[in-house]
Amino acid sequence: MDFNFTEEQTMLRDMVRKFVDQEIKPLAQQIDKEHNVGLIQGILKKAAPLGLLGIPFPEKYGGANMGEMGYAILIEELSRACASTSVTIGAHIGLAGTSILIGGNEAQKEKYLKPLATGEKLGAYALTEPGAGSDAANIQLSAKEDGDDYILNGTKLWITNGDIADTIVVYSVTNAELKARGGITAFIVEADTPGFSAHRIEDKMGLRGSATAELVFQDVRVPKENVLGQVGMGFVIAMETLDESRLSLAAACIGAAKEVLAMSVDFSKKRVAFKQPIAHFQAIQFMIADMTAEIFQMESIVYRTAWMYDQGKKIPREGAICKLFCSEALDRIVDKAVQIHGGNGFMGEHPIERFYRDSRVNRIFEGTSEIQRMVIAEDVLKKGSY
Amino acid sequence: MGHILVFAEQRDGKLKRVALEALGAARQLAADAQVLAILIGEHTAALTQTLTARGADKVYLIDDAGFSHYSSEGYGRAVADIAKKEEATLILMGATALGKDLGPKVAAKLGGPFAGDCIALETDSEGKITATRPMYGGKIISTVKCRTATYQVATLRPNVFPVNDPDDTKESLVENIAPLPDLSSVKAVIKEVLASANTKVELTEADIIVSGGRGLKAPENFSIIEALADALGAAVGASRAAVDAGWKPHSYQVGLTGKTVSPSLYIACGVSGAIQHQAGMSSSKYIVAINKDPNAPIFKIANYGIVGDLFEIVPLLTEAVKKIKNE
Amino acid sequence: MKIAVCIKQVPATESKIKPAADGKDIDRTGLSFVVNPYDEFGVEEALKIKEQLGEGRITVISIGSDKTAEALRTCLAVGADQAIHIKDAALEGSDAHALARVLTAALQRENLDIIFFGKQAIDDDSGAVGIYVAEMMNLPHVSAINKLEILSDENRAVAHRQIEGGTEIIEVSLPAVFTCQKELNEPRYASLPGIMKAKQKPLSVLSLADLEIAPDSVGLDNAVITLDQLSPPPTRTAGTPLEGNAEEAVSELVRLLREEAKVL
Repeated sequence: MDFNFTEEQTMLRDMVRKFVDQEIKPLAQQIDKEHNVGLIQGILKKAAPLGLLGIPFPEKYGGANMGEMGYAILIEELSRACASTSVTIGAHIGLAGTSILIGGNEAQKEKYLKPLATGEKLGAYALTEPGAGSDAANIQLSAKEDGDDYILNGTKLWITNGDIADTIVVYSVTNAELKARGGITAFIVEADTPGFSAHRIEDKMGLRGSATAELVFQDVRVPKENVLGQVGMGFVIAMETLDESRLSLAAACIGAAKEVLAMSVDFSKKRVAFKQPIAHFQAIQFMIADMTAEIFQMESIVYRTAWMYDQGKKIPREGAICKLFCSEALDRIVDKAVQIHGGNGFMGEHPIERFYRDSRVNRIFEGTSEIQRMVIAEDVLKKGSY
Repeated sequence: MGHILVFAEQRDGKLKRVALEALGAARQLAADAQVLAILIGEHTAALTQTLTARGADKVYLIDDAGFSHYSSEGYGRAVADIAKKEEATLILMGATALGKDLGPKVAAKLGGPFAGDCIALETDSEGKITATRPMYGGKIISTVKCRTATYQVATLRPNVFPVNDPDDTKESLVENIAPLPDLSSVKAVIKEVLASANTKVELTEADIIVSGGRGLKAPENFSIIEALADALGAAVGASRAAVDAGWKPHSYQVGLTGKTVSPSLYIACGVSGAIQHQAGMSSSKYIVAINKDPNAPIFKIANYGIVGDLFEIVPLLTEAVKKIKNE
Repeated sequence: MKIAVCIKQVPATESKIKPAADGKDIDRTGLSFVVNPYDEFGVEEALKIKEQLGEGRITVISIGSDKTAEALRTCLAVGADQAIHIKDAALEGSDAHALARVLTAALQRENLDIIFFGKQAIDDDSGAVGIYVAEMMNLPHVSAINKLEILSDENRAVAHRQIEGGTEIIEVSLPAVFTCQKELNEPRYASLPGIMKAKQKPLSVLSLADLEIAPDSVGLDNAVITLDQLSPPPTRTAGTPLEGNAEEAVSELVRLLREEAKVL
């Protein structure tokens, strides 16, 4: 057993940390306050030549081949500074790129994954619809066969990068009878395809700098060669992608948690009340202890699971556990962090306030906590024991 | 204690104040020993009297067109030669841009110990120096001990050591250095010196500094800082945040990756006072903080703090200062 | 063009530094270590020169314990071609003269055109070793440069350095030593391909014996200057905040500056 990062992983972490400190942290408040997607796009331009946008993908597709471990390290570090940037990159790598890696054939990987890995193109993943969130199998967007093409009609909702992406993996219904059991098909759709339009949704509690959009498909003609994997394989690809992506979302929670802990420790040592730093009070110390204990647990399960994934193991249960535990732990942690900061933590000028708002969605998107519990329970009940 | 040699830096025919501070430090350490000064440049002869009055027992002089510009090799050889001739125990100079180059050069030529940017010097009975100097960007104060009493080289932080009261009755003893050090082997030659736009008062030498940070919100708002600085005859500084935002060039930056200053008065306006900033200014004698955030770390080190809007307070202060100056 | 960059591994800039209990060193627990930021300007400048000329070989050199290899690997990941790690227990406690002699011995084997140093390491803040090396190698140097241009004949360079109230423009013949100041360039990040390649690049480890330096000529016993005691900087205590409205606070401030501080 070796719990150390390899030399390359350590160098990656140090490099990303430096990049984040210099290029992202100084902009994070502004990105949030101004809902400034443009600043994030500027960051992506700088991240691309460093190879950061293709970390987990094989070298032959323009990636760095640093696996899920490398990807988790990247997302953790990004999330120390800016959840909006982290989720933008997460949707690009962990959802769009990963879907193509899992489901795509050689030609598709060459044509679509490679430009994503090098950062030449930006990706998005479109599953959620107005009537299908947790109940993902209930999507309605239809794909009808027409000669060499399929014609897509319908709407996708709350799609990260939806209106700034070049390449969108769209999940659609090809057989309404079969639905999840062979009736859902994934397509790679180029954003400039006629009939496709995207509309930014601005009013959000958090992640205000990320581009969240409603996607409308009106007779969008997609060639059959853009069917990801095979017709009817869509639901499997969507779920396997989510296994991996949930893990990185959990890694994001670690980064945010570590950052707010550091801010809380710093603040509690400096803030004087009743003639002493508030860090001297047990009430504060207990909160800091609980935050620290939870971070240790988060870190332990996420990097263990990332290692498992890199060993080629499937991680439906473990990915769900990581996502469930880390998102809920982060909410407890940011809540304590705001409490320690008192009035300062409530004010929009302080990053703590942003971290508090940004944290909440982690219990909702990519499968709510309730869905994660269902996934875990189903897996345990099926296998009969731990 | 043997002889102490002070390199008396001048620029454009004016002695640097830190040169006089070095004479002051030398005089205190010298006891009965001689304090020698070395003055190099062109049109420098007129400055020798000041050096005598401020504590030099003898002045070695180069007044020559060939030495009008600094060169590490030329100046270094001149100083090292005199140090050897006089068997100097200690060689002092200011920790200026020039001194930071010349000090190590002289130490390299003489093989003696070097202590840079000193804020205190002591000597033991054998003449060995213990120097106090900041390290880690001012986060640590160290004492370093020389183990030999010959050719010890130290550069002194400006504005720290006291200047001797002038003694104008003292007879000036000047020796022109001859022959002059051979400059034919100098391979790094100053071709030109460009004056910077910020010509008013140099930060590291300023007695009063007014600095601005992120709280100024926009580059054009530096004008209110400049107005106060003009009224005070002060230099203008900036925090790293303001420099990184492109509001002022790096030459204005006070702090860890910028300049270290020790003025009598440092007025920080809209500067939060991050540890990196404090590293560059916490040795100021008096610190005034003006900031709207009562929790800004700058208040922890300020002698006088005003929690409030700098856009209201700084102009009021400027007016008050003008009124005093007109009295 | 053969370029060397001498680097040092130091605690990260934002580290909280405290003296250790005995005051002889800093407390190193929990510190993360990085390539000295001023040295990074040297690495970047070397890369830029190599790119500009279309040829060249960049060697990074450092003296230090096993951990120093991390800093050298980082420079290889950023783009340096080879690394030399000088490691010898006898070097413990060496002064700047001894370190400069050791570096000189290593540098002289490389037949270099340009040697870069940081203008100072952000741990001891001394800024001596680069200038010592230039003197020992009998090379010209320009310290604290913030601009460098290699002239087309490649035997000369023009460097800028900031002085009080101005900028000196210095022409220097090569080979030469330069120490680097902020503003010289914007150091690039290591890229992921660079990180993956770093392990395959040569990193040689040299001892004093390899450099033909007698162990009893270096180390603490031969130092002409030693570190005696480290202490935290004198703490300043917060003064009382000035109360009242803006007019009242300002007039109280002016009174204090005149009567108490006597600076006005």
